[in-house]
Amino acid sequence: MEQLVTNQVAEQKRPLSEDLKKPLPKILQAERRGRVLTYVSSWVLLLILFSLLIFITSKGAAPFISGEVSFAEFFSTKWNPGENSYGALSFILGSLIVSVCAAIVSAPLGIGAAIFMTEIAPKWGRKILQPATEILVGIPSVVYGFVGLTVVVPFIREQFGGLGFGLLAGVIVLSIMILPTIVSISVDTLQSIPRHLREGSYALGATRWQTISRLLLRTSLPGLMTGVVLGMARAFGEALAVQMVIGNSPNLPFNLLTPISTLTSIITLNMGNTVQGSTYNSILWSMALILLLMTLLFVVLIRWITKRREQS
Amino acid sequence: MFKKGMLLGGVVALAFTALVGCGSASTKNQSGGENKLSGTLTAVGSSAMQPVVEEASKEFMSKNPGVQVTVQGGGSGQGLTSAMNDTADIGNSDVFAEEKEKIDPQKVVDHKVFVVGMAPVAHPQVGIDNLTQQQLIDIFTGKVKNWKEVGGKDQKIVLVNRPESSGTRATFAQWALKGNKEFRGQGGLEEESSGTVRKIVAETPGAIGYLAFSYFDKSVIALKLDGVEPKNENVYDNKWKIWAYQHMYTNKNGKNKELEEAFIKFITAPETQQGLVTKLGYIPVTNMKVERDAKGNITKK
Repeated sequence: MEQLVTNQVAEQKRPLSEDLKKPLPKILQAERRGRVLTYVSSWVLLLILFSLLIFITSKGAAPFISGEVSFAEFFSTKWNPGENSYGALSFILGSLIVSVCAAIVSAPLGIGAAIFMTEIAPKWGRKILQPATEILVGIPSVVYGFVGLTVVVPFIREQFGGLGFGLLAGVIVLSIMILPTIVSISVDTLQSIPRHLREGSYALGATRWQTISRLLLRTSLPGLMTGVVLGMARAFGEALAVQMVIGNSPNLPFNLLTPISTLTSIITLNMGNTVQGSTYNSILWSMALILLLMTLLFVVLIRWITKRREQS
Repeated sequence: MFKKGMLLGGVVALAFTALVGCGSASTKNQSGGENKLSGTLTAVGSSAMQPVVEEASKEFMSKNPGVQVTVQGGGSGQGLTSAMNDTADIGNSDVFAEEKEKIDPQKVVDHKVFVVGMAPVAHPQVGIDNLTQQQLIDIFTGKVKNWKEVGGKDQKIVLVNRPESSGTRATFAQWALKGNKEFRGQGGLEEESSGTVRKIVAETPGAIGYLAFSYFDKSVIALKLDGVEPKNENVYDNKWKIWAYQHMYTNKNGKNKELEEAFIKFITAPETQQGLVTKLGYIPVTNMKVERDAKGNITKK
């Protein structure tokens, strides 16, 4: 008992400056542990990313390096693997056009909904639209595709003629799929505009619509564009839903009603049936490489837009 | 620090062993003088064969409790590659190994486990139920574009194909179209699975596609060719020419041989052939009165 008391006294007597000079080993350990954990995570992430990049690039470049297929051939529209012609241009264009069209349809809708949620009815509009967009995000793409196949395709067939499968069906399904991306990013951007800007505008006698169209939209344009580009990137990479409604014919995508193909749909259709190492299979890897490069382009585009926003 | 680190390391190590463990071979247990099979077996490949192989694996496992059979899809190309590189024990394929580029038929052993018959199917309201083979070729090569040219309704023909690399498509092109290339382009559709082909043919006016017998139902009509009805009995003696063997390929190196052989023997056994295979709509290989080799030569058994 007596010893305990003296111990306590001794501890109390040690000056604080001594304690601070030597941090407790326990705390040091925790610090080190935390550092190791974060370092390992980031290195693993980098490692995965780079091995993926190297793997896809080497696989995708192989048919060109070995001379099985020339660049000119690859970027032609002649697709007939049975006779060794592997032109992927119609698929590249198909992917591009279907995602750009989807973004064109989706952007005004998404930005409009975002304005409604932040400016016009911030309380109840948000209460309804926020969960609605969240649900849209949560629906798996196969469900979108199946609904497209059973509802959108017959609808187009009856209203516009043709088969129903094709660019139009793909655009409709994709524009619904990318809507939540555009809405949520637009909402974030609009909310980040400082309140005094709005109040200044009202103080000058501007109406609500004038404030929205001349001030808010202009200030937040880079952010809104980021949302649209992200949506487009998602549309570009989407495989399953698109493949179910687009018809998968190697046609050039210049007619809304004819069946076309995208890079992703051709890859998913043929990956399992072709033998690894065959030219057919390697060309699918080259298409994957094109997809990867396009995604990189989208990322660069977004970085560029946000940089401009910071500067302005 | 050390404790946590060891824990992390342990988890990583465990994950790796689990991954590696997937490829473990079979071991033979001898107990009480009776041979009991045990170990794991993987069968990868053709999605068309998957339902049969999966059902067979369930029955096989209930008879041999020590064996774990894993069945995966992935396509015939995947199946052949896995058998050749020995990444799976059995590679399922609906085409001969000789027909695929970059596959060395010398490295694998072919086991023909059952037969599948295929037939052209059309939307129920096209107005005909019989075509001559020449008419079928003309339709699929794009020469005939309207059903009235072959005696049906005045309606545009819509082709519903399988992907270029599909085994069903290869069989159809070889035996129904006599090797003629299918017409591609304006207005043709290409679908990933037979189920989708059936759905689209049933819903699209004027559509024609091709399916395995097992996919037939009332929503589409199966077309007769030159008056021959697409049914199992006509396949036995090659009266109906559009059929293909379903193959199980194994690697020649003999790894896991005992299990591979036991499983293939189980599928080719008369009970499975007359039971399971027939029940799922496929044709028992034991019923065939003719034989066909990789080059397409037909001999009477």
